[in-house]
Amino acid sequence: MSTDHGTPVSLSTAGPDDPHMQPLARNPQRMELAIGLAMLVGIAGIIGFGVAYWYNADSWVLGLTLGGGITILGFGITAWGKYLMPQGPFVEERHELRGTDEERELFAAAVVQRGGGILGRRKLLAGLAGLGLAAFGVVFAFPLVRSLGPLPGKTLTKTNWRKGTYLVDQTGRELHVDDLAVGGIVTVFPQGKQDSPEGQAVDQTVLVRVATRDFTTRPGRETWGPSGYVAYSKLCTHLGCPVGLYEQQLELLVCPCHQSMFNVTSGAWPQFGPAPRPLPQLPIYVDGRGYIRSQSGFSEPVGPGYWERS
Amino acid sequence: MTDTAKKPDTSSFGLAGKALNELDERLGIAKGGRSLIDKIFPDHWSFMLGEIALYSFVILLLTGVFLTLYYVPSQELVTYAGSYAPLKGQHVSASYASTVDLTFAVRGGLLMRQIHHWACDIFVGAIVVHMARVFFTGAFRKPRELNWTIGTILLILAIGNGFVGYSLPDDLVSGTGLRIAFSITESIPVVGTYLAFFLFGGNYPGTAVIPRFFTIHVLLIPLIFLGLISAHLFLLVRQKHTQFPGKGRTENNVVGAPMIPIFAAKATGFFFMVFGVTALLGGLAQINPIWQFGPYDAAKISYAVQPDWYMGWLDGALRIWPAWEWTGFGHTIPLEVTLPSVILPGLVFTLALLWPGLERQLTKDHAMHNLLDRPRDRPKRTAFGAAYFAFLAMLFIASSTDVVANFFHISLNWVLWAMRVLVILIPVITYPVTYYLCKELQAADGGKRKRANVVSRTVSGEYVATESAERPGDGHHELEAEPVPDFIELEPSDLVAAGVRQVGR
Repeated sequence: MSTDHGTPVSLSTAGPDDPHMQPLARNPQRMELAIGLAMLVGIAGIIGFGVAYWYNADSWVLGLTLGGGITILGFGITAWGKYLMPQGPFVEERHELRGTDEERELFAAAVVQRGGGILGRRKLLAGLAGLGLAAFGVVFAFPLVRSLGPLPGKTLTKTNWRKGTYLVDQTGRELHVDDLAVGGIVTVFPQGKQDSPEGQAVDQTVLVRVATRDFTTRPGRETWGPSGYVAYSKLCTHLGCPVGLYEQQLELLVCPCHQSMFNVTSGAWPQFGPAPRPLPQLPIYVDGRGYIRSQSGFSEPVGPGYWERS
Repeated sequence: MTDTAKKPDTSSFGLAGKALNELDERLGIAKGGRSLIDKIFPDHWSFMLGEIALYSFVILLLTGVFLTLYYVPSQELVTYAGSYAPLKGQHVSASYASTVDLTFAVRGGLLMRQIHHWACDIFVGAIVVHMARVFFTGAFRKPRELNWTIGTILLILAIGNGFVGYSLPDDLVSGTGLRIAFSITESIPVVGTYLAFFLFGGNYPGTAVIPRFFTIHVLLIPLIFLGLISAHLFLLVRQKHTQFPGKGRTENNVVGAPMIPIFAAKATGFFFMVFGVTALLGGLAQINPIWQFGPYDAAKISYAVQPDWYMGWLDGALRIWPAWEWTGFGHTIPLEVTLPSVILPGLVFTLALLWPGLERQLTKDHAMHNLLDRPRDRPKRTAFGAAYFAFLAMLFIASSTDVVANFFHISLNWVLWAMRVLVILIPVITYPVTYYLCKELQAADGGKRKRANVVSRTVSGEYVATESAERPGDGHHELEAEPVPDFIELEPSDLVAAGVRQVGR
């Protein structure tokens, strides 16, 4: 038996007088006093939490008393373990994990011969049992998965914009040609859909006034920008966040999620960032009373890319 | 068995001893129980990192149960009539309204919610740091590969459940995160839209996702967690803990303190400390103030919004990836989404899962390892790990490109391109720098690699430098076939000569 402090001993062989069984603290009495005081402070904190809770104190008082109390109590308990309990170090032998060669033989024989052998002798039954389990798995899993939701179908390509739909703001007010000055912007929805979740999630569109006269963003879209108004899907083509920021001077729509930027005067071309495609433009017109309405739906699916999108 | 009526013998340890006897009679716990309470736990500060993760999990369970008592998992719109004045009369989802109410109207609710959120951030952080410790010290080597695998799966689940839980209040910020998650699922080739519709119960936003995520968050993943954590701890007990080399420590023993009373005292105290610090954070440091964000509205968004820290690297990858959408044959693959947010995390986690096997193949080291490496003694592994973390750290920084550009008043374009370069460059630099740092540390560490020069003056006044004599440990090279350097078995006096740092007391 070594009496050297640093050399580990086995717990079962260390007698009560063994230096390993002595506390680490040089002066155990003083350490005990210090730990006891710490624990008292901790308990006071915990009781303080109870009082604070009783009087419905602010959250920070609750956190301070509870957190402070149990942290200090925890310090005390840990210090007790570290300084006043047997200092060790103690040693324990590892037992080899592997069995003996004989045990391994017997184990393998049981698995391979008794288990595998039975399957091998009755190949037909084993096959049928396997088939049954597989069929059960598939048949059980199919409704489980299939019931989770409807198939996508055409829902991803459809919006509620139709020929002649009024553009309304979030309160349902129809947009008039005199409503915006150049540089103005408003989020619009198809009339009647401004409060519906799908209207908000799929149909949301930004209406920007970029000029006072008819404005063409791209060839072929000569009639899409009456009186300088242009309308784009508000769903970012990167990940579908609302393209909620407008940089007026640069005429850029900016997506706050990943900083894609779309130039409103050039057909919302993605000028910067990870978005791969322009925002789809909504063809609009000004009706006889001066209200802004859509000529048709979007010419392409809105939002981010996916496999079925052509 | 012959004397069935005989009561258990009285114990020399009084009533408690008698109770233990009664238990042993029925469960046979005396032998196994004794060896369990005598079980030796090695002592090193880095072994506490996994404990932090475990205790945070307990805190998450405790505070989480409290939250479920008041939270309503429903996207049904209600007119808010609770105690938070600015929200009165607004149409918000039941889950948002109930979260605001449990924050303000339930006594201690704000504290519990904030402790829960902080505990989650600490939980994931502790797992990552614990995993780094296991990696850099080689604790994952045979026979512990399976526990490394379980741990990695726990990390993935923790990140996933953190995100799912973060979505539950249905506020403006988390709703935007859900929108992004939907789009990412959609981006998977061929099956993406189907997966997204099955996961969300239809097109986004629908009304099914919050109730579903609630079940996943409080039932499904916690159950898997409990199973895997039990397996993780069972394997730890079965295989016994690793230890650093040091006085009296060999591959075949464990040196430290027994479970009862020393480890139990320290662990109990440490649990209280972790809980206490989390409670202090929950009381004093505001986190996720959803009443300021407002309820989710698909057409609204707020600026400079960052996800919880453990999602940052994925967000960063999405930001800096070039706009590489592929179209052809009537189909679209949004590679600018699929690559950074599906393939990249897939590779990152697959590499982590496969690492123990990979290293075994590379080093042809199939031996049992119970003694830990010092990271400097395995420069290649250490350098690889450092480069791996550097890569993730760069992606993390990239998740705040807009904030960086605003704060330093530099062009967003410059920040974007700088991050695109740095995310490659920094890991490439980190590898050799770490490698040579390890070599230098080895050399500085008792002349294990480079031997000291002895400068002596000859009788003629000439100075001659000669290499000093070989000392024990000089031959210890990186990834030698022999796993235990023989200097560990030497006498204490030799140990000091070999420059072996004594671990522990």
